[in-house]
Amino acid sequence: MMTEADVAAKVQERFGGRILAANAFRGQSVVTIAPKDLREVLLFLRDTLAFEWLIDVGGVDYLGYDDGPGKDEREWRFEVVYAMLSMANNVRFRVKVAVADESVTVPSVWDLWAIANWEEREVWDMYGIVFEHHPNLRRILCHDEFVGHALRKDYPITRRQKLSAPSENILCDRSEIA
Amino acid sequence: MTSAPGSTPGRSTTEVQPLPSDLLTINMGPAHPATHGTLRLQLQLDGETIVNCGAEIGYLHRGFEKQAENCQYQLVIPYAERLNYMGPVHNSNAWCHACEGLLGIEAPPRAQALRVITSELARIIDHAVCIGTNLVDMGALTNFWYMYNYREKIYDLMEELTGARMMVNYPRIGGVCLDAPDGWLESVVRVMADMQEVVAEVSGLVSRNRIFMDRTQGVGVISKEMAISHSVTGPCARAAGINWDLRKSQPYWGYDKLNFEVPVETAGDTYARTMVRFREMEESRKLVLQAITSIPGGAVMVTDHLVALPPKDKVYNTMEGLINHFKLIMHGIRPPRGEFYSATEGGNGELGYYIVSDGGPNAWRLRIRPPCFANYSVFPKIITGQLVADAVAALGSINIIAGELDR
Repeated sequence: MMTEADVAAKVQERFGGRILAANAFRGQSVVTIAPKDLREVLLFLRDTLAFEWLIDVGGVDYLGYDDGPGKDEREWRFEVVYAMLSMANNVRFRVKVAVADESVTVPSVWDLWAIANWEEREVWDMYGIVFEHHPNLRRILCHDEFVGHALRKDYPITRRQKLSAPSENILCDRSEIA
Repeated sequence: MTSAPGSTPGRSTTEVQPLPSDLLTINMGPAHPATHGTLRLQLQLDGETIVNCGAEIGYLHRGFEKQAENCQYQLVIPYAERLNYMGPVHNSNAWCHACEGLLGIEAPPRAQALRVITSELARIIDHAVCIGTNLVDMGALTNFWYMYNYREKIYDLMEELTGARMMVNYPRIGGVCLDAPDGWLESVVRVMADMQEVVAEVSGLVSRNRIFMDRTQGVGVISKEMAISHSVTGPCARAAGINWDLRKSQPYWGYDKLNFEVPVETAGDTYARTMVRFREMEESRKLVLQAITSIPGGAVMVTDHLVALPPKDKVYNTMEGLINHFKLIMHGIRPPRGEFYSATEGGNGELGYYIVSDGGPNAWRLRIRPPCFANYSVFPKIITGQLVADAVAALGSINIIAGELDR
C-alpha cells in the first residue's frame, strides 16, 4: 500500500534539487516545482508511478497570503495545482507549479490528458495564467468581453461589467476532438 | 453505382449522384429543451450528421468560488447545495466532510449514518431525474412521470427531516443540524419499499425495448481510454468498464462497513450508462436500508465549541455558552494554515473540494472539482460523426447539471 508520503519521497529522490518546496498536511503530500519541470514530473508520475488520472487543475492566487510568523514571503504569486490520482495504487498526489507573475507561462499538458484543455482554459480565465501550446486558450466560464480575471485577489467581488454580444463561432479546432 | 444483374427488379439502373451540399452550422441551446439547463452547442452538419461541434459553457456561472472566499466556512453550506441541484444534500454533506478533514475532526457515527442515508436518497433522485428526462428527450414521456412521482416521495422525506424540500441546508461542519424525528427512519423504509416497483416498471418499459435499444446502443460511446484522458468519473466511467467508486475504494462515513456492489458495464454507450444508473439506484436502496438498520445512537454533532454551536440552554444560561456562541457566529471556524483536498462520490462522479486555508474564518481558496466539468469535456468528441438526434440522447445520459458545471 503506497501512501502520499511514499510518492513524495520517490519524487524527491528523482527530482531532488529541482523541487522548490515539499509539504505534508493531514496525510496529504504536495510538491512545488518550476513551470519548466512540469511535464517531466507529471510524465514521471504517470509512467513510472501509475498515476493515470489528472483529476483536477486549479489556480491559487497568494497575493497578500500570510504564511505565518517567521516564514518568508513567497517568491511567487500564483500556483497552479495539478491533482493526480492513481487507480492502480489507490493513492492521490498533488503537484504545484510556482508562477511568479503573469509574465511566466506554464507548458500545457492537454496532449497528455485531454481534460487539461478545459481546465487550463479555466485557469487562464480566472487567473490570467498563460499556457504554452494550448490549442484554444479562450475564456470558458466568463464572457468573451469580460475584462480582468475574476478569482485574482485584487479583483473586487463587487465589480460589475456590462456584457452583451454572444460569441459568434465556438466550433472546436478539428485537432482538439480528433 | 450500377445495379448488378439479379438486383431488385424495377430499380433504376442509372448512377446515383450525391447531391451537392454545404455544411450547415446551427446553434443548439443555450435555451433548448434537451439541454436541461443552459448549455450552448454549435453543430456543423452535413445533412443530419455532425461533422464538427463546439461546446460553450458558463451561462450559469455565478462566481461560486469567489463567493466562498468571501464568506465563512459554514456559510458555504447553502451555496454548495446549488452545485448539483438534482441531488442537493450530497454537495453540502461533502463540503462539511471536507471542512472536517481540514480541521482534523470527524463527525459522530450517528451523523455519518444520517449523511449516508441523505446522500444515497440524493443519488436516487439524481438518477431518477436523469433517466426520466433522458427518456423524455427520446420521446418516452410515461417514465418521466413515474420517476418524478417517486421523486416527490423522497422530497417529502427531506421535508419531514429538515423542513425544506430541495435546498435543505441539513449538514453542519462537525455533524448534522438535527437528529431524525420520531418515525422518520420507518418512513424511509416504507418509501424504499416502493422504489423497487418504480424501477422495475421503468426498466421493464425500456431495457428490452427495441426502439430504446436502437436509439441508445452504440450512441455516444465513451471508451475507457477516453474516460481516463478526460477524467470522466462516476456512472459514465463505470459504464465504460472502469471499476472505480470512491465509496468502495476510498471509503468515508462508514461505507466500508456496508455491503454493496459497484455496477460496471463495458459498452460505454448511452444504453450502458442508463443501465448503470438503474442498478446504482438499487444499490443505493440497499445502502439506505443497511444504514438504517445499523444506525448507532448518540449525538449528531461534535461537542467541540470551536466548531459546533453550544446547545441553546447553555447559550442563555451560562457565560461560557454565550461567549462560544458569539465567537463562532462572529469570528467563525478557524482551521489551521494548510491545504486539503477531499473527494466523495457524487451522483455524477468525483466531487472534490480543494481548500487552502490561511488560518482565517474564510477559505483563502476554495476550488470545486465538479464531476460534470470533466464529463462534459468529452461530449464534443463523442457526438462528432453521429446524428443530431443521437447527440440529444447522449447528452441526457451524461447528466450535465449546469449548476456544478459552471459554478
